[in-house]
Amino acid sequence: MAKSGIQYSKIAEIKGPLVVVDDVDNAAFDELVEIQTTYGEKRLGKVLEVGNGKAVVQVFEGTTGLSISQTNAKFVGKVMEMPVSEQVLGRIFDGLGRPKDGLPDPIAEKFLDINGSPMNPEQREYPRDFIQTGVSVIDGMLTLVRGQKLPIFSGSGMSHNVLAAQIARQASVVGTNDEFAVVFAAIGVQYSESEYFRRSLEESGALKRSVLFLNLADDPAIERIITPRVALTVAEYLAYDVGMHVLVILTDMTNYAEALREISAAREEVPGRKGYPGYLYTDLSTIYERAGRLGGKNGSVTQMPILSMPSDDITHPIPDLTGYITEGQIVLGRDLFRQGVYPPVNILMSLSRIMKDGIGEGRTRADHQEISNQNYDAYSRAQEVRALVGIVGKAGLTDIDLKYLDFGDAFEKEFLTQAVDENRSIDETLLLQWKSASLLPKNELTKVKDKFISMYYKSTK
Amino acid sequence: MVAKGRIIWVSGPAVKADGMLDAKMYETVSVGESKLIGEVIRLTGDVAFIQVYESTSGLKPGESVVGTGNPLSVFLGPGIIGQIYDGIQRPLKELSKKSGSFIGRGIVTSPVDMSKKYTFVPKINVGDEVSPGSILGTVRETELIEHGIMLAPDHSGGKITNIVKEGKYDIETEIASVDKNGQSDNIKMYHKWPVRQPRPYQKRYDPTVPLLTGQRVIDTFFPLAKGGTGSIPGAFGTGKTVTLHQIAKWADSQVVVYIGCGERGNEMTEVLVEFPELKDPRSGKPLMDRTVLVANTSNMPVAAREASIYTGVTIAEYYRDMGNDVVLVADSTSRWAEALREMSGRLEEMPAEEGYPSYLASRLAEFYERAGRVKANGSPDRDGSVSLVGAVSPSGGDFTEPVTTHTMRFIKTFWALDAKLAYSRHYPSINWMSSYSGYLNDIAKWWSKNVNHDWFKIRGEIYGILQREDTLKEIVRLLGPEALPEEEKLILEVARMIKIGILQQNSFDDVDTYCSPTKQFKLLELLTIFYHSGINAIKDGASINDIRSMPIIGTLLKARMEVTDDQIDKLEQLNTEINEQFKNIKSVNQ
Repeated sequence: MAKSGIQYSKIAEIKGPLVVVDDVDNAAFDELVEIQTTYGEKRLGKVLEVGNGKAVVQVFEGTTGLSISQTNAKFVGKVMEMPVSEQVLGRIFDGLGRPKDGLPDPIAEKFLDINGSPMNPEQREYPRDFIQTGVSVIDGMLTLVRGQKLPIFSGSGMSHNVLAAQIARQASVVGTNDEFAVVFAAIGVQYSESEYFRRSLEESGALKRSVLFLNLADDPAIERIITPRVALTVAEYLAYDVGMHVLVILTDMTNYAEALREISAAREEVPGRKGYPGYLYTDLSTIYERAGRLGGKNGSVTQMPILSMPSDDITHPIPDLTGYITEGQIVLGRDLFRQGVYPPVNILMSLSRIMKDGIGEGRTRADHQEISNQNYDAYSRAQEVRALVGIVGKAGLTDIDLKYLDFGDAFEKEFLTQAVDENRSIDETLLLQWKSASLLPKNELTKVKDKFISMYYKSTK
Repeated sequence: MVAKGRIIWVSGPAVKADGMLDAKMYETVSVGESKLIGEVIRLTGDVAFIQVYESTSGLKPGESVVGTGNPLSVFLGPGIIGQIYDGIQRPLKELSKKSGSFIGRGIVTSPVDMSKKYTFVPKINVGDEVSPGSILGTVRETELIEHGIMLAPDHSGGKITNIVKEGKYDIETEIASVDKNGQSDNIKMYHKWPVRQPRPYQKRYDPTVPLLTGQRVIDTFFPLAKGGTGSIPGAFGTGKTVTLHQIAKWADSQVVVYIGCGERGNEMTEVLVEFPELKDPRSGKPLMDRTVLVANTSNMPVAAREASIYTGVTIAEYYRDMGNDVVLVADSTSRWAEALREMSGRLEEMPAEEGYPSYLASRLAEFYERAGRVKANGSPDRDGSVSLVGAVSPSGGDFTEPVTTHTMRFIKTFWALDAKLAYSRHYPSINWMSSYSGYLNDIAKWWSKNVNHDWFKIRGEIYGILQREDTLKEIVRLLGPEALPEEEKLILEVARMIKIGILQQNSFDDVDTYCSPTKQFKLLELLTIFYHSGINAIKDGASINDIRSMPIIGTLLKARMEVTDDQIDKLEQLNTEINEQFKNIKSVNQ
């Protein structure tokens, strides 16, 4: 890499978030760059492309106020690194990992490349530990497992932050005392949202085992490319070096993708769908795939990214590509939200891919998978019947159809709905699942084995 | 002459180097001081455009590039089965020994354990004439695989002048000498083959034997033939990966090559954890003893993703040449196409639809054409097949996007995954109206000969009910179910039973996960018996509510989970029970 401290004065071009540095003969791809102005301001950037004597540099804080004549670029000779140690717990940083709470830099134990490295699949440990979040719809039907990446797909104005904060407060692995930490990365969100989260952690006493990275809506947009990466670097350190179980909340990934689009447009790349770069999938995967567990290590990184779907459209490239990478998705439904249901989870569109491995005998209960399948099936049928009622009225329905209507109502009112501070045990959750299912005749429970029906089915009559 | 040049430009996985006059297209090169592995994909004057298979972070202009003289090739010999490789055939286990839990760069490892000794059994004698592709002897690679040591297809052949006696040798041992026109050549237990070049064979057969997967909706409704091609497109969450895992687990082939191309790391780990514990339903041996994994997860370098597909299919062809049926599962070809798109963008090629390069279709065609049931080269005579199954991940679940539409042109079985079915937890969410199989008529003979001569008729009848239901659903949507006459209500009821009792299959249920051909046929037959009895009962005055309240329905719907493959007689008994319960209805109505 470049010898440290070589100064280049010549900046050839400034366009959007990029500067092109001229007469470069010793810069490396991905290298960290310090941009200095003659009036003493310092910004950071990284090399996106180097060759033929030129380097294209992306400036994290944006290029506003930079001039060609009064700006120098210094190639630092290493990639961007984050200083880490246990002292980061309880601290608040900005989107580039610099202290924002007025306290000095934490004393670093090591410096880690913020881009991380791909985990060797052979060295991964398959996620199997059930995390009890105390939220029935998640524990019962969308089970979260340690080392999973399970995003919340939301829309503007919906209660995703309340749900994420509730999960962060309540999440525990039953019967263990493992050390637990929360890493929160705000990516271009409003002050009030990040403040809600901070307060929620503070009130529950979780703040001292949390690390916050804040890039707020009025912070530089390009910095958002870095924020999730510094957050995950700290999370990986806490998980694999310190041995903690880390829950990472990244909100809002839509803002991240937009920053990426801005850079891609400035580089005049051939766009993919909706102007997002063709490598959006690969780029997102370098963030999401940093969740997991490693063989021989105690800790784990569980990710809960939050993204708002533009116009609630799940086929928009950001939720679409996210869904292809993450291990399921929790989709919030506008209809339920309007009806005041909390949490407004649209279970039919939601999914937890690793659920099957975290539940069952010895983990939760032997009938967990089957009763959950049954309720999915029944709720989907209830939705069909509801649509039918709109056309033919209740009179045109069969007796069975009417029972499904009852099921749908009970499911939403008793199982799905719960209070923001209500922490239900898995036993309560399963009891409620059977309670709804027992509104249907036994013959309709086709996804559950007879032995479970005889154990748990409780007719209301 | 080996090319030696200097890097002049770096951007992501793309590197340009000058001084490369001697480089050849698709030659592998060593890039930079950390000796990253790359491949030449364009030559302009003395400038070579290189795609690098490892992260280029920290690489800078001025560093050297050295050619190897060889195209990207795979190592073919004993020891491949049971391995997990990255996209360029480096064993991930060995990589972790050198770079720990995260993947390092510039690491060179041997694809197999070169020191392991195998018991070699010669199959030819001194003096025999051998042609390219001939089997010289065999070794036992795993409990399931007898590995034929073949003369490389590009060898000229000749007369055997020496062959070792039966005994234990490592794979570097020269096991035979072949003489042609006085030129003697010593043969080892392995050879190399360039991945972008299909391995030759004598002739191709028509696919007439079904590839049985134990999945009812596949085997019964949309079958794949051995040597055939299939594609499984679906939006996220529709169960592509689970279906592909099911095929990899239960397909009646001797070898399975599973390529995780730009997909999730945990999915590969799942295969690694699960397969050694699962038993092959036919031999009772661990499934890992017949499986090779090629894993290039989404966050691993994008260029190696492009290579992984070729690495996998070349390994598949190699085992085919020994006389095996091989299934190759690629999850997902869309990520491979995206890798092509990314490199094409960096090459500044003129993009076609959605930014994909104009050669996307021809690359897909080349890949799927490597499937087939063939007679292998050399002696003895042996037949083998490669069946290709590719997942497609259409953006936004839209089947009109380029990768899906082009793939449909080159495959014969199409399993369309349906997000609506998945949302209602109908798994596998293969839509029975939009899926198709071009092999149905070819393999019908096999079913009538090996399972039941009525198979084709009964399958057609059940499929007909599903088609009727599809039309009736429109009416129900407008007028409600009560507007239909009783016969048509029966169609709806039986269609519901087909969906729950046959089309749906629970991959995570110990019994339901695999369904033998006989059980598939019996379940089908029971539902046709039920349907015919129902029509008769309605003619005799029974109402649909009488039929709906019959307890036998629940039994039929759960038979897939409650009756194991060796209890077929229990299904036979259900025949009688159906008849009796219908008699009861009649007597009540009379």
